[in-house]
Amino acid sequence: MAFFSITIPKYRLKWVDAIVLIFVFAILYSVLNLGASMNVPFSLEEQSRIELDPLMLPYYAGRSLLRMFIAFGASLIFTLFYGYIAAKSQTAETLLIPLLDMLQSIPVLGFLSATIVAFIALFPGSLLGIELASIFAIFTGQAWNMTFSFYNSLKMIPKDLQEASNVLRMNWWQRFLKLELPFSMISLVWNSMMSFGGGWFFLAASEAISVLGQDIRLPGVGSYLATAIEAGEMQAIAYSIVTMILMIVLVDQLFWRPLVVWSQKFKMELTESVDVPTSFVHNILYRSALISMLMRVLVTPLCNVIDRLLDRMALVTEKAARDFQRVSTSLYITKLIKVFLAVIILWFMYEPVYEAFMLVSTMDNSNLAEITRLGLYTLGRVMIAVLLGALWTVPVGVWIGLNPRLAKVLQPIIQIAASFPANMMFPFITILFLKYHVNFEWGSIFLMMLGTQWYILFNVIAGTMSIPNDLHEAGAIFKLQGWQKWKTLILPSIFPYLITGIITASGGAWNASIVSEIVNWHDEQLVATGIGSFISHVTDQGDWGGIIWGITVMCVFVVLINRFLWRRLYKMAETKYHLE
Amino acid sequence: MNTLIKVKDIDVSFGSKGHENTTVLEDINLEIKTGEFLAILGPSGSGKSTLLRIIAGLIPASKGKVTYLGKDIQGVNPGVAMVFQSFALFPWLTVLENVLVGLEFKKLSKAEKNEKALKVIDIVGLDGFENAYPKELSGGMRQRVGIGRALVSDPDVLLMDEPFSALDVLTAENLRRDLLELWLDKKISTKSIILVTHGIEEAVYMADRAVILSSGPAKVVEDIAIDIPRWRDKKDADFTALVDKIYSLMTKKEIKRSEDTVYQPKPITILPRVSAGALTGFLELLEDQNERTDLYKLADRLVMDIEDFFPIIELASLLDFAKVVEGDIELTPEGIEFATATVLERKELFKKQLLKNVSFMTQMINVLQSKSNKHMNIEFFEALIARTHGDALAKTQIQLLVSWGRYSELFGYDEAKKLVYLESEE
Repeated sequence: MAFFSITIPKYRLKWVDAIVLIFVFAILYSVLNLGASMNVPFSLEEQSRIELDPLMLPYYAGRSLLRMFIAFGASLIFTLFYGYIAAKSQTAETLLIPLLDMLQSIPVLGFLSATIVAFIALFPGSLLGIELASIFAIFTGQAWNMTFSFYNSLKMIPKDLQEASNVLRMNWWQRFLKLELPFSMISLVWNSMMSFGGGWFFLAASEAISVLGQDIRLPGVGSYLATAIEAGEMQAIAYSIVTMILMIVLVDQLFWRPLVVWSQKFKMELTESVDVPTSFVHNILYRSALISMLMRVLVTPLCNVIDRLLDRMALVTEKAARDFQRVSTSLYITKLIKVFLAVIILWFMYEPVYEAFMLVSTMDNSNLAEITRLGLYTLGRVMIAVLLGALWTVPVGVWIGLNPRLAKVLQPIIQIAASFPANMMFPFITILFLKYHVNFEWGSIFLMMLGTQWYILFNVIAGTMSIPNDLHEAGAIFKLQGWQKWKTLILPSIFPYLITGIITASGGAWNASIVSEIVNWHDEQLVATGIGSFISHVTDQGDWGGIIWGITVMCVFVVLINRFLWRRLYKMAETKYHLE
Repeated sequence: MNTLIKVKDIDVSFGSKGHENTTVLEDINLEIKTGEFLAILGPSGSGKSTLLRIIAGLIPASKGKVTYLGKDIQGVNPGVAMVFQSFALFPWLTVLENVLVGLEFKKLSKAEKNEKALKVIDIVGLDGFENAYPKELSGGMRQRVGIGRALVSDPDVLLMDEPFSALDVLTAENLRRDLLELWLDKKISTKSIILVTHGIEEAVYMADRAVILSSGPAKVVEDIAIDIPRWRDKKDADFTALVDKIYSLMTKKEIKRSEDTVYQPKPITILPRVSAGALTGFLELLEDQNERTDLYKLADRLVMDIEDFFPIIELASLLDFAKVVEGDIELTPEGIEFATATVLERKELFKKQLLKNVSFMTQMINVLQSKSNKHMNIEFFEALIARTHGDALAKTQIQLLVSWGRYSELFGYDEAKKLVYLESEE
C-alpha cells in the first residue's frame, strides 16, 4: 500500500475538463464576489484575546480538536454522498470526477482569505463565520482524497459480489450496508487517517490569519502559537508545539489505531494474514464490559432503528423508481430533467463567468505579466523543494526500507512527523534565518521542504519494502553492486512510488508557498518574491483584483504542471516500471 | 412435468461505441421442467455463463425473452437462486449471516429467518460453523456456504455457475456427491437445477440432460438426454461412451468453424489464444504418440482441462499441423516436419503456415511493406479487429499476433512506441 498517496484518476483530457474548469472558477468567483461586496469592516469586539498562560492550552487544544473532528465529520458525509453518486450515476460521473480532480489539485490555502470573508458575510458580527471558515479550510484539505478513495472502492467491487447481491434481491440500502460500505471500509479508514493527518497543517494555518488589515484569531493551538510568535515568547512557542505533538499522538492512538484494527475485519482476502495491525486501545475497548453493555443497550438498538427506517425508505424509493419507469416513457423524461438541470447550472454560471471575463478585459496587461512572473518564481521554488526532498529521502528511504526492523520502528515516527504541521516550526527557522542573515529567497525553499519531504520519504520506504525477495536474490547472484544495483534493481522498483510521493509533495509545496514565502518573528518580517507571498500580501490589504488574479494564476500553474508533467511521469511509472 | 423456465429465441451481442456488435449467443431456445437436472456444456468463451446470467435476469438479452412460470421476467428472475464459481461470499459476514442474506428480501420474522438459516446450514453439512467467517473455512466449505445461501430462500430453480471448478479434485468430488444426494433424496425443495460446466465428465455424472453450446456465437449444438441409471459409475462402458461422444461433438464444431473461414476470408477469424511454445510442445508430444490418438484420452493423459486443451487443437488444425477426424487427432506432413525440425527451422515453418492460413497476418505484412518506412502503429491493426470484434477482444488478439509475429520473426515490435516494423533485410 502506498502511503500518503493522492489518487490519480486515469482518463484523458476531455471537453468536460474545460467545463469543469469554468465551473470551478465561476464558483470561486462568486465566493470572492460575495466577500468583496461586503466592505463593512468587521466588528469583532467579542473576539477573545488569546492568553499565553499555559494553563489555557488544554482549552485551546480542545477547541482545535473539536474543529478537526467537525471538519472530519463533514468530510465523511461529503465523501459518502459525493462518492456514491459519482459511482452510481454515469451522467454525474462524467462531471463529478474531473471536478474532484481539479479541486484536489488546487492549493486550498490560497482561498482561505476569500472563504473567511464569505463566511463572515454569512454570519455578520459573529465569530461563527470565522469558525466555519477554518473548519471549511480543514475540510477542503481532507475531503477530496477521501472521496476519491471511496469512489474508487465502489468502482472496484468484484463483479461476482455485485451479481450475488442482485440475485439476492438486495435493495440499495441493504447493498450499501452489506456490500459497498464494508468493501470500502479499509481504504476509507486508511485514507481518512491520512487526510486527518494532513488536516493539522490547515488547522494551524487557518486559526490565525490577517484579512483586510484585521488580525483574526480563533481560540486554538494555532492562534496560541501565532500570538506567541508576535510576542516573541520562546517558551510559549515550545508549549504549543508540545501540545500539538501530544494531540497528534493521542488522536492517533485513541482514535485511528483502534479504527484501523477494527477495519481489518473487512479484508477481502479469504486467507488469514500474518502481519496484522494491533492496538492496545482497541483491545481494551473490545474487552470492556462497560463498552459491550453500551453497545447492547444503546448503539445496537439505535442502529437497528436507523437500519429499519432506511430499509423501508429504500423499498419505497425503489418501488417508486420502478413505477416511474413503467408509466413514463422514461428515457424522454429523464433526458428532459437532465437538460433542465444543465440549463439551471448554466444560468447560475453565466453571471459570474461574464463578470470574471469583464475583469480579465479590464486587467492591466503589465500587471498580469508581473503576477505570472511571480508564479514562475514559486514554481521554481516548488520544483527545487521537491527535488532536494527526493535527493535526501531516496537514499535514506531505501536504507530504511531494506532494514525491515528499522522500518517498523521508524514508520510511526515518520507518520507523526508528516502529520505535524510544518508551519508551527517556521518561527524557529525564522530566528535562525534572521540571525545568520540567510537570503530568504532561497531560505523559503527550506520552509517548503519542511512539510512536504515526508511524503516522498514514506513512499520511498514503502517502495523499497515492496521489492520482491527473489529480485534481491537475483541481484545477489549476478553480483549487482553499487551503482549497478541502484540502476537495475532499486531505482526502477521504487520509481512509481517515488513519483506518487513527489506528486503529493508538490501539491503540498504549493499550499505551503502561501505561508512559507512570508514569515514573521516579533516585528520582523521575511518576504520572498513569489506568488504565495503575493497572495498573502493582497489578502492582508484587501485588494480583490489582486487576490482573484493571484489565485487564478496559481491554479492555472498547478493544473498545467499536473497535467503535463506529473501525470505523464505517473503514467510512465505505471506502464514501464510496474512490478506485478 | 410442467415447465418452470423457458428461454425463447435469445440473442446476445455486446457492442462498443462505433463498432459493430459481437454476437455471443445466437438463437438460443431452452426449456427447464420440474424435476430436471440440466447441464449446460460448452468450450471456454462460448457464453454459457452469459446464458446462465440471462436466465437469472442479471443481464438483459439483446433479443428474445425468458419466462418463469409463463410470465416474462423483468430484472432478476424471481424463481431462482445462484451459486457462483468464486463463491461470492461476503468476507465480513459469518456463515450464519451470509446465509441470512439469502432471506433478506423475504417477509419473515427474525426468529423464523434464523430457524430456516440454521436448518439449511445443517443440511449442507456446516453444523457447528455458524459463527465462523469465510476466511476460516476451506474452499469446499465455503462453497457449501454458497449453496446454503442459495437454498435458504427455497428457490424453484438453482443456478450453478461452474460451482466446483475452483476446488481441488477430491473436494470437488466430495461436494458433487453430497449435492447429488440432497437432490436425489429430495432433501431440498428446489424443483430444478441448471449447472454450467466445462467438465464433460461432471455433466454426465450429475445431470439428466446436457445442452451443448458451440463457441462464438454460441448456438445449441445438441440436446442430449442422459439416462444412465443412478448412481453412475465413471468406469462404466455406457458412461465413457457418452463422454466420448460429447467430446467429439464439441471438437467437431470447433474445427468446422476454423475451416469455413478459409472459404470466406471477409470477417477476421478469432484466433485461439495459444503461445507458439505451447503449440510446439503439443506437436512434439503428438509426434511421440506416432498414431492417430483419441482426443478424450489425450486430454486425460495430459491432465488438461478442455478450457486449455481445445484452443491448442484449434490452432494446430488452423495452421494445418494436425487434423481432427471423428474425435481423433493426427499430425499432417507439415506437423511431422515441424515436430522433428530444429529450433530455427521451426520458426520458418511456423512463419510459412501462418502466412498461408492466417489471412490477417498476411494483411499486416502487406500493410507494412506498402509503407516507405516499413513501420505502422499497432493501434491501426487493433482498430481493424475492434471494428468487428470489439475493443477487449481486439486487444488480446493483437497481443497474440504480436507474439506470433515476433516468434516467427515476421516483424518486430516496439512496445514503448507501440510500433510494428519489418526488420531490415540485409
